[in-house]
Amino acid sequence: MSSAANSDLGSLVQPGRVHKRVYADPEIFELEMERIFGKIWVYVGHESQVAKPGDFAMTRIGRRPMVMVRHTDGKIHVIHNQCAHRGAMVVAEDAGHAEEFVCCYHGWTYGTDGKLIRVPLQHDYPEHFNPDDPSTSMVQAPRVESYRGFVFASLAADGPSLTDFLGHMTTSFDDMADRAPDGELELAGGVFKHAYDGNWKLYLENLCDAAHPLFVHQSSTEAARAQDDDVFTDGVGEIAVRQMRQNGAPYKFWQEQVGIWTYKNGHSYLGDYHDDEKLVAAKRDETFAEYIAAMEASKGPEETKRILEVTRWNSNIYPNLSFMSQFRQLRVVHPVSVNRTEVYTYSFRLKGAPEKMFEDTIAFANITNGTGSLVLTDDLETYGRIGTGVSAAGADWIEVGRGYTSDRPDEHGGVQGKDSTSEVYIRNMYDAWRDYMTAA
Amino acid sequence: MSSPAPADIAHFLIEEARALDERRWEDWLALFAENGTYWIPIEENQESPRTTVSLMYDDRQLLETRVRRLVAGKLHTQTPVARTSRIVANATVEGEADGATEIRSKFQLTEYRRDKQRHFAGTMWHVLEPHEGSYLIRSKKVELVNCDSMMDGLTVPF
Repeated sequence: MSSAANSDLGSLVQPGRVHKRVYADPEIFELEMERIFGKIWVYVGHESQVAKPGDFAMTRIGRRPMVMVRHTDGKIHVIHNQCAHRGAMVVAEDAGHAEEFVCCYHGWTYGTDGKLIRVPLQHDYPEHFNPDDPSTSMVQAPRVESYRGFVFASLAADGPSLTDFLGHMTTSFDDMADRAPDGELELAGGVFKHAYDGNWKLYLENLCDAAHPLFVHQSSTEAARAQDDDVFTDGVGEIAVRQMRQNGAPYKFWQEQVGIWTYKNGHSYLGDYHDDEKLVAAKRDETFAEYIAAMEASKGPEETKRILEVTRWNSNIYPNLSFMSQFRQLRVVHPVSVNRTEVYTYSFRLKGAPEKMFEDTIAFANITNGTGSLVLTDDLETYGRIGTGVSAAGADWIEVGRGYTSDRPDEHGGVQGKDSTSEVYIRNMYDAWRDYMTAA
Repeated sequence: MSSPAPADIAHFLIEEARALDERRWEDWLALFAENGTYWIPIEENQESPRTTVSLMYDDRQLLETRVRRLVAGKLHTQTPVARTSRIVANATVEGEADGATEIRSKFQLTEYRRDKQRHFAGTMWHVLEPHEGSYLIRSKKVELVNCDSMMDGLTVPF
């Protein structure tokens, strides 16, 4: 497909349905890498990963290997992990600390802002060679901005600011960061890295889908329901079993008690669906009482009440981020090819909160986002089956019309679905997709 | 230097691997003590399953639920089922404490499902307590050589 075919691209998204080529066509995938991941704000990491000057963490923008690094002046840079000489990957560790980056091949050396500072044997080069030229460096992402500690980068020199891009979704980041009694989050507790044979878009399309757990997660829901609560638990199993039972809430519950909200640029969030007081609201939990006391000491009772009354589940930031404040989880989706995707899942510690809350975060991460989880594994299987399905000849259109005629404006300029079983958030992502893909 | 595991313990490990290969999940569960734990760390030398995530970490409640899900047979990730073949070897006694014996062993596991074959290898640590002429697992930790790699989902226990 040539770049002249924008009308063709636009026609792949129709009211309530999308053409399956958006999941299966390698040429469309290449255009997505250019027009979406190569252009708009993409989440690259959290400031706590690079707390001190010289701290760095490996990341990606689309398929490009990048390094997020804090420079000596305290500013965060996101640089291509590639030597300007012969193209070798310069930084070889997932994370660490460095005064400068030295290429293993011929010793070209870069500052922590990616600028070239030393080239051995610098003689008799042709005219084009200029070590002071920014392109003769580990090339920087032209724009890097943070919101409440969450770092985004854009490969385009111009475009809307990060807060413009996020719009009303800034309130979801506020919800996450406000929950720390000391006002700061810390990325901690390791990372899950899991993959599936399916398109990158499938992941976010599942994370606000309230209609899937009853089928996809039936095996874990039923197994958890039959579990005897009196057998030994060190706390881990209890959280897991309660969460799996909650996934089995009936349609009526999702329709009457859980909402879905969408905003410009493809973003959305799902309302919290937990009515188990010992799980998320945790009102009967001793640790939570301790936590509330720490919050009130730091922020006062009124502000604490306001913060804890926000009840959101997954917040999706298009194209590749989903996070959740209630258990401090964050997932980053990395496209590999049209039918292969990798996902990194992180946990956060609320600074100033009881350490037991972080242990509960870890237990929750294992059961919902873990590579060996009883829940996530069924999602991965589903993405794989879609990957197989859309790759074969067959029906051309993918139906995303549930709730279509009930979509209504939201008070913050977005579109709200009738209830959480609406596919409005998928339609919203495809509205954004069409705009990005046909903007060129 | 460690000493070789006694023959009955080496045999216990073989029988455990066989129950898993033959998908006799409830027989496998029955090998665990009432407060037994099962742990697959995600990092090399991971100190705790409580402050760092794990590929799997189950107390009795979660292990029972994990096994019940496998037994029910309605799970998508096992439609079709995965077949496995395990070899357990190099079993040594590493220590004795609180009436239990700590055993270190090596394993190789091949898993096949729907045209994909995966290979896993690593070190297992069993803490075994004597029980009715055999043993019960007080804790089992499985250190995969690729614990921190990118992986497709894991459903079949190690």
